[in-house]
Amino acid sequence: MGDASWLRQLVLPALAVVLGLFAGALLILISGDNPLTAYGGLLEGALGSWEGVGRTLDKATPLVMGGLAVAFAFKAGLFNIGGQGQLLLGAAFAGWVGYFFDLPAIIHIPFALIVGGLAASVLGATAGLLKATRGTHEVISTIMLNFVAANFTEWLVSRDGPWNDPDGGALARTPEILPSAELPRIGDLPVGFLVAVAAAALMWWVVRKSTLGFEIQTVGANPRAAKYAGISVTRITVVAMGISAFLAGVGGAIQTLGVNGRFEPGFNTGLGFDGITIALLARTNSLAVVPAALLIGALDAGSTLMQSRTDVEPEIISVIQAFILFFVAAPSAVRWLLRLRADAIESDDMQLASGWGA
Amino acid sequence: MTNDTPLLEARGLTKRFPGVIANDQVDLVLHRGEILGLLGENGAGKSTLVKMLFGIHQPDEGEILLRGERITNDGPGESIARGISMVHQHFQLVPPLTVAENIVLGAEPVRGLRFDKGAANDRVREISERYGLTVEPTDVVEQLPVGLQQRVEILKALYRGAELLILDEPTAVLTPQETDELLAILRDLAATGVGIIFITHKLREVLDVTDRVTVLRRGKSVGTVATAEATSASLAELMVGRSVVLRVDKTAAEPSEPVLTTSELRVRDDRKRELVSGVDLEVRSGEILGIAGVEGNGQRELVEAVTGVRPIHAGHATIVGQRVAHDPRSVRELGVAYIPEDRERDGLVGVYSIADNLVLTSYHTAPFARTGVRQFPAIRQLATKLVERFDVRTPSIETPVSSLSGGNKQKVIVARELSVENQLVVASQPTRGVDVGSIEFIHQQLIDARDKGAAVLLVSAELDEIFALADRIAVIYEGRIVAELDPNTTSREEVGLYMAGGG
Repeated sequence: MGDASWLRQLVLPALAVVLGLFAGALLILISGDNPLTAYGGLLEGALGSWEGVGRTLDKATPLVMGGLAVAFAFKAGLFNIGGQGQLLLGAAFAGWVGYFFDLPAIIHIPFALIVGGLAASVLGATAGLLKATRGTHEVISTIMLNFVAANFTEWLVSRDGPWNDPDGGALARTPEILPSAELPRIGDLPVGFLVAVAAAALMWWVVRKSTLGFEIQTVGANPRAAKYAGISVTRITVVAMGISAFLAGVGGAIQTLGVNGRFEPGFNTGLGFDGITIALLARTNSLAVVPAALLIGALDAGSTLMQSRTDVEPEIISVIQAFILFFVAAPSAVRWLLRLRADAIESDDMQLASGWGA
Repeated sequence: MTNDTPLLEARGLTKRFPGVIANDQVDLVLHRGEILGLLGENGAGKSTLVKMLFGIHQPDEGEILLRGERITNDGPGESIARGISMVHQHFQLVPPLTVAENIVLGAEPVRGLRFDKGAANDRVREISERYGLTVEPTDVVEQLPVGLQQRVEILKALYRGAELLILDEPTAVLTPQETDELLAILRDLAATGVGIIFITHKLREVLDVTDRVTVLRRGKSVGTVATAEATSASLAELMVGRSVVLRVDKTAAEPSEPVLTTSELRVRDDRKRELVSGVDLEVRSGEILGIAGVEGNGQRELVEAVTGVRPIHAGHATIVGQRVAHDPRSVRELGVAYIPEDRERDGLVGVYSIADNLVLTSYHTAPFARTGVRQFPAIRQLATKLVERFDVRTPSIETPVSSLSGGNKQKVIVARELSVENQLVVASQPTRGVDVGSIEFIHQQLIDARDKGAAVLLVSAELDEIFALADRIAVIYEGRIVAELDPNTTSREEVGLYMAGGG
């Protein structure tokens, strides 16, 4: 992790993206379309106008938060794949704060973001506590808590639930949030994206400069040595999962306050899981999460224009993302495809599989 | 017993790994019926060398001649077929199988398609008698003591027709008695014509059993000497490259107040087996209490309990009058330094820099942190000072500890733990796998800590270490202290007897 090697660290993600796009181009070609036209549409839709850029930033925002959540837990050696459920809780609670309380914007917005984050962190900390005290693997517990969160939030806003929109008829949703809770835009620039970037910077600082960050990384790198040195592995596991989930929850809250304007279940199918792709692509570096999320966000944002220019289905984007994830997770595949020497690609600290059996 | 053509000859073997030359133009000759000692500090390249001979690594340069013919080694399977076998430090046995099953595994006698257990037992009995290595073929391996398991490993090699046996640090896990037995076995084996390469860092064993010694230093062969003409001091000097004090000077202990007291201490392992069964100890300020014992007799659990890492099941331990809780930090705050047995796993974070490892236990206190913010200038200042004072050989304080040699890793831990004043120092196997030069240094540090008034609890499986350092010796066997002895009046044999459960 020397200073000079950061460029080398970029090699693998960059190659993965190129190979992913290449694989996508092949598929487009096979389905009888021109990949250049398709990718042209993709690019223009994502970045060709200020409106497109704004859309890209909107798409990227929850991805940044989801990516940070996965990356942060990973620093403690934990694999949080409960981003989906945590994001739902954050979105639902922010929606509730957004319509229920009448506060000045300067208080209302941060209050809603924090309540959303805290609601999610309860879910994450639960998984952390189960891991630390009962040995329940966090991958299993966070997956299962995803279902708990999805059903719980759906009930909250259903017709029998406490947060149902009385004007919504049969629709399961909260009332619209008050204008004072809306995350504004500066021109086309969504403020929610700025919040996400600030969170990335804050996480970078916590990891690098704070004693908490040192404790978390020590537990992640060698839990036995952490214990011998007097660090409470139980506490750190709970705290790291709590903070990780907080980040995902704030991601959901931003989505409610900045994009959707209310909470509706099912608005974000798969969004929580994209965090894993982002964190992998960013190699769990919080600052690198932002460009990684922008890339994935741009692919999403441009897909509509791509579809209208060609007959390419937008699902191709998911396929490209899957390819990118595959290549990032399997550096030896990249090496083999490109006939690279073994040391051309840094892949030392990316043993995500180490979460198992540890 | 030597013929004209050597059994094995290596010429100019060179092996490079990224960033290091592990072996640089190493020559080695082994005759039939000869025991060749391979001596060197940790990281000197002993393992790399024998791995090339055994076919695990391919040499980058040089050639290997077996019975005068050049061979290219294509892997351990090929080597075994050629009559080269290796007994690894970590046994390659299948614990639930019997002795005979383990020995014939991979070359089983069969009747039709079925494994012929009777024939296996007979053959094992036969070679066991031929070489004088007594084992019971039907015993289950996991129930055997370590010394016998090792014997099974050696028989496995002989069953495969080994004429050349490589033993990697075979005595590291044995009691003194078991070691003596092994050395006798090796002499008998050599008398039947088997050539043996014996890797060790214990000079006494080299002098005891080998015919010649090849010494490696930093990947180079610095000489091969006839054992008869060598002394401990001359070998140590060859190994380290300078003269080494093999005995530390220490004055008589002046013990005063008790610092650590345990009373009827009982501790369980993770599987809830009681491994410490009622231990009463007292370690006083200004003395070193050495706990001697074969590994696995409860030392680890005892040490973990008094340092707060493992819960105490019954009884209690007090340090300077405070009850020890299951909380390592609160124990450390009483003024306890702890050098754990398994430094890589318990004492260091491999990916961290030397500097971060040096503050692993104090990162949260001033001046290394203020209001939760780490203070890097203070950390760097400390690291620079300690690396210098404790002679850690490293290119920089930012170097990850995983890239240091065993001795330097241990120096990082010793620097962290002993650079501050302590009430109690708990040192578990403090020089295991550490080179001679560093052993001397670490021993001196422990004595200095004692002289400054610390109580020192030393746990070691090495009798040399116990005798070099301890002011009192307590022998632990199956979780109990079976003897308390005065190092000035007892003998290695007496301690060894208690360690083996006799006495």
